[in-house]
Amino acid sequence: MTTLLIADHLNTALRDATAKALTAAKALGGGIHVLVAGKDCRAAAEAAAKLDGVTKVLLADDASLDHQLAEPMAALIVSLAGSYDAFVAPATTDGKNIMPRVAALLDVMQLSDVSAILSPDTFERPIYAGNAIQTVQSADPKKVVTVRTASFKAAGEGGTAAPVETVALPAADSTSAFVGAEIAKSDRPELAGAKIVISGGRAFQSAENFRKYIEPVADKLGAAIGASRAAVDAGYAPNDYQVGQTGKIVAPELYIACGISGAIQHLAGMKDSRIIVAINKDSEAPIFQVADYGLVGDVFQILPEMEKAL
Amino acid sequence: MKILVPVKRVVDYNVKVRVKADGSGVDIANVKMAMNPFDEIAVEEALRLKEAGKAEEVIVASIGPAQSAETIRTALAMGADRGILVKADGVVEPLAVAKILREIVKAEGPGLVILGKQAIDDDCGQTGQMLAALLGRPQGTFASRVVIEGEDVLVTREVDGGHETLKLALPAIVTADLRLNEPRYASLPNIMKAKKKPIEEKTPADYGVDVTPRLTVVKTAEPPGRKAGVVLGSVDELVGKLKEAGVI
Repeated sequence: MTTLLIADHLNTALRDATAKALTAAKALGGGIHVLVAGKDCRAAAEAAAKLDGVTKVLLADDASLDHQLAEPMAALIVSLAGSYDAFVAPATTDGKNIMPRVAALLDVMQLSDVSAILSPDTFERPIYAGNAIQTVQSADPKKVVTVRTASFKAAGEGGTAAPVETVALPAADSTSAFVGAEIAKSDRPELAGAKIVISGGRAFQSAENFRKYIEPVADKLGAAIGASRAAVDAGYAPNDYQVGQTGKIVAPELYIACGISGAIQHLAGMKDSRIIVAINKDSEAPIFQVADYGLVGDVFQILPEMEKAL
Repeated sequence: MKILVPVKRVVDYNVKVRVKADGSGVDIANVKMAMNPFDEIAVEEALRLKEAGKAEEVIVASIGPAQSAETIRTALAMGADRGILVKADGVVEPLAVAKILREIVKAEGPGLVILGKQAIDDDCGQTGQMLAALLGRPQGTFASRVVIEGEDVLVTREVDGGHETLKLALPAIVTADLRLNEPRYASLPNIMKAKKKPIEEKTPADYGVDVTPRLTVVKTAEPPGRKAGVVLGSVDELVGKLKEAGVI
């Protein structure tokens, strides 16, 4: 059995999600090859080669793969499919975009967002926003899996680097083209992989307040910033801050929910955190039912106090 | 141009489902059902494109039990023109749904298919991408903006860290994210009008698609619970506890 792990990377570096998905791939048993597809992405390939458990890295370096669009990525993965029994990717926006396309081309049912691998054909995955955990068994000859990265620890570096091989590209697809991107630049850690996350909700009342009260505490803690859907919908925080069923799923060491009531859709995105702190005016808010530590009070008063105390 | 919008009947967004005691699944008997919220957004986007003169007809399709006709009626009341109900009881997996949709696309020839990015029951998030693959057409997933420009569609996508915009050649497949639009409510006159709009009834066999599931559900369990902790009296006490736990 050999698994092809699809790397999530920034061309110059691997994303942490790749090392987490690698841990999941190891649970399948057998050799693991990593596909690093992008443009000028040799650095990412060399980083992947160092990870523990990787036996080979496939490098596909071409302008057509620069933004890892689903059409050329799926065509490339399918062109390599003959040698592999399983295809694993982290359930990041790229993984979620590309892998179902691969699965359909291979005529197999994808296992989305798996949170545990019980055996090479049996998986656990959350359904209904994490309100139930389903154990499913796949009889398909090849497995296509996306991995809930919050459920797996990142694999470390191994002793020796695996060989990096260049792979040939299938014929180009011209139906999709990249036009542009607006990616927020931030010195803070990435939300999905951060050790500490501080999130804000509707209680902040404005984007100015959200920044003014959350950012100083986040800076003191070296934390990533998240938000509830209510805060994002109200325009207090950008879309990519959203933690929840339809946003990002996080499981940091410490999650601080400020002015967030704790709708089930939000809890679905953070309830696997090691320690949860809730700060809310309403002592009856459902967030307190999952929090390890709670403070009942006004975020506008508590957060500045917290900044001073840290 | 026609736009096809597949819709799914799911447990209402506000219902907290319970896992059955014997682990055989979740209890959805007597639970309120509704259109998958992302599909509502997809219907809304199709209607806005029609109202902007970019499309002539909005067709809604649903694959599921007979009651899925109600879900189609909801979309017709919002303003869609006609429906296709593919009756199938039991679980129909995304791959089988995509195969049925491929046949509907072949028969109807829509320029655009807009789907929800995921259904809130199985949380798979696969159908749109699978349909695009089976048709060999481009996909714009997690869309927050859709603009038709001649023979192409510009799709702005919500991605990790921000947004990106793609240009896809039509026909194309788009999946709707939360912030694409805010779906309208159906007015009473439109609900009445929707009762007269046609819904064609089909079966998977009509399309030659085998809907036998590929995955076997071994069991369904409650997620590991969390216990409520303690409410503390002061910020200092909290900081002390967090230091004790070694997280700060």
